[in-house]
Amino acid sequence: MQPAGLLVMAISVGTVTALFFWCVWLVLTRPSGEVEQGPDDHRRS
Amino acid sequence: MAPPPRDSWGSRLGVILAVAGSAVGLGNFIRFPGQAAQFGGGAFMIAYAISFLIIGLPIGWAEWAMGRYAGQRGYHSAAGVFHCLIPWRGSKYIGVIGAIIPLVIFMYYVVIEAWTLGYTVRFVRAIFDPALRFQTVADSQAYFGRFVGSAADGSALRLDLDSLLPWLAVVVVVNLVLIYRGISAGIQKVCEIGMPVLLVLSLLVLARVLTLGTPDPAFPERNVSTGLGYMWNPGKTLVVGEDGGKIAEVVDADAVRQRERAEAMAAATPGARVERRTMLSQLADPDLWLAAAGQIFFSLSVGFGVILVYASYVGPRDDIVLSGLTASATNEFCEVALGGLITLPAAVAFLGVAGVAGQGTFGLGFNVLPMVFSAMPAGSLFGAMFFLVLFIAAITSSLSMLQPGIALLEEALGIGRKGSVGLLGTLTALGTGFVAWFSRDLKALDTLDFWVGTFLIFVLAMIQIVLFGWAFGIGRGWEELHRGGAIRLPGFFRPIFRYVCPGFLVTIFVLWFLKNVVGLGRTEPSSYVADLFEKGEPVAWLSIGVVLVVSVGLAATIASSKRYADDEA
Repeated sequence: MQPAGLLVMAISVGTVTALFFWCVWLVLTRPSGEVEQGPDDHRRS
Repeated sequence: MAPPPRDSWGSRLGVILAVAGSAVGLGNFIRFPGQAAQFGGGAFMIAYAISFLIIGLPIGWAEWAMGRYAGQRGYHSAAGVFHCLIPWRGSKYIGVIGAIIPLVIFMYYVVIEAWTLGYTVRFVRAIFDPALRFQTVADSQAYFGRFVGSAADGSALRLDLDSLLPWLAVVVVVNLVLIYRGISAGIQKVCEIGMPVLLVLSLLVLARVLTLGTPDPAFPERNVSTGLGYMWNPGKTLVVGEDGGKIAEVVDADAVRQRERAEAMAAATPGARVERRTMLSQLADPDLWLAAAGQIFFSLSVGFGVILVYASYVGPRDDIVLSGLTASATNEFCEVALGGLITLPAAVAFLGVAGVAGQGTFGLGFNVLPMVFSAMPAGSLFGAMFFLVLFIAAITSSLSMLQPGIALLEEALGIGRKGSVGLLGTLTALGTGFVAWFSRDLKALDTLDFWVGTFLIFVLAMIQIVLFGWAFGIGRGWEELHRGGAIRLPGFFRPIFRYVCPGFLVTIFVLWFLKNVVGLGRTEPSSYVADLFEKGEPVAWLSIGVVLVVSVGLAATIASSKRYADDEA
C-alpha cells in the first residue's frame, strides 16, 4: 500500500469509526426530546 | 382516534439495531470492497461520502419521519403511509410498491441466506475434517455451482448437506417463526443479539486477516499490504490492450516500482500499454459516481419500504433523527471499517491482484473467499466465523423484508399475526421455491434482483423523497423529523431534502437506466432487456410474472379493504 492509500484508508476508516462511536455515545447520553425549538421550525415550504 | 399499534419497539436501541440489521448485509462485506477497488479507494470514497450525505441520509430520514407520522395515525404499511400522507384515492396503490419490493426480494434473499448458512456449517465440519477444505478456487467454484444448482434447473434441490435444499428449509422456517413473534419479541430480539455478535466476530476475522502478512514467501507481492493497496490506493496503474481493455492491474507499495513493473509487463505483451488513472480522472468518470451512489443507496436499504414500516412503530415523542443517523453509521462502520479491511486484503494475500480482479460479488464471496479461508492458518474456524457473520447479516435483513407484508395484510384485511404470517409464509414459500427451482445460471434470482431489487427500489426512493419534500412538505417533514429529537439537523439539510437529493437521485437513476436498461455506451443492449425482448428467455418472463402476480394480489387486497374505504368515506 502506498502512503496515499494509507492516508485514504485512515481517513475513511477513521471517519466512519468516529461517527459510529459518536452516535453510540449520543444514544447513551441523550434522551429523546432534547432538541430545542429553533428558527428553522417556523419556516414553511 | 387512531387505533393503538398492535406492537411496538421495546427501546430506542432496539429500533436502531433493527434498522441497522436491515441495512447491514452481504453487500457490506463482499460488494463494497469490489466496487471500491474497481475505481480506486480515494476517488470512490469521495463520491461515496458525498452520496452518503445527499442521498443516503436524507432518504433514510424522510422514511423515518413519514413512517412515524403515519404510524401515529394507525398506518403501519407502506400503502397505508402513502394513503395517510397523500389525500388521493390512488395513493395507496403507489405505496404498495413498498410492499412488493421487500416481499419479492425476500423470495430470493433467503436463497442467498441459505448459502451462507450452508457454508457456515461446511466450515465448521472442515475444522474436524481437513478433507473438506477447498484446495483451489476452481475447487470452491465447482462446489458453489453444485450447491446452488447453477448447472441445471432443480439441481439444487437435493437432500444433502452440500446442497441448497436443507438449508433453505431451515432459513424459511426460522424466518417465519421469528417474524411470528412480532416486532419486539421477534425482530428486535434477533437484532439485539445478532448485531453485537456480528460485530465481535467481524473484529476477530479482521484481526486474523490483518496479521496474515505474506502467507507464501514464493509470492512476495501477495500480501495484506498489497491487498489494502489494491482497495485503497487513490490511483490505478493498468496494463491495457490495443482496444483499451484491461489486461492487468499492477499494485505495489512503491509508486515508482509500480510504474516500472507495469511498463515491463506492457513491453512483454504485444499491443499493450500502461494506463495511469489518477484520482481526478476517476472522479470525472460518470461510472464512478453511478457505482458509489448505487452502493450507498443499496447498502443503507433506503427505498426498500422497510424503514417506512419500522418507523411506524416508533413512539410520538421518541427520537428518530439520532436513531436514523446511528443506524446509518453502524452500516457504514460495518461496510468501510470491516468489509473494507477484511475481504480484499485476505483474498489478495493468497491469490494476488490478478486472482481477484474482475470477481463479482458472488464470485468473491463464494468462490474466492472459501479457498482463501481454507488456505490460511486456523482458516476453517475463521471461515466459519466469516460465513456466520454473513448469515447474521442476511437474517436480520430478511426479517425486515417480511414485516412490510405482514403489516399490509394485518392492516388491509384486519387479520392477526397468525393469519398474516400463514398467508405471507405460503406466498413467500411459493416464490422462494420458484427461485430455488430455476437455479440454472441463477437466472430467476438475477432477474428479480435487477428489476425489483434495483430498478423498482430506485423508483420508490425517488417517489419517497419527492413526497417528503413536496407533497408532505418540507415544513411538516422537518417538524416531524425533530419531534422528540435528541439532536438537531443543520439547516442546510432543508434544501438538500427538497432540491439536491431528488435532483441527484433522478440524475443517477437516469444514468443507470440509460446504461443498464437501454444499453447506452455499450455495443449491445443490457442482458436483462435482451433476456426479455430478444431471447424471450422463459425464466426471465416467469420471474416478471411472479412480480406481476404479487403486485396484482397486493393491489387487490388493498382495493377490497374496508380500512381504506372507511377512511375515504
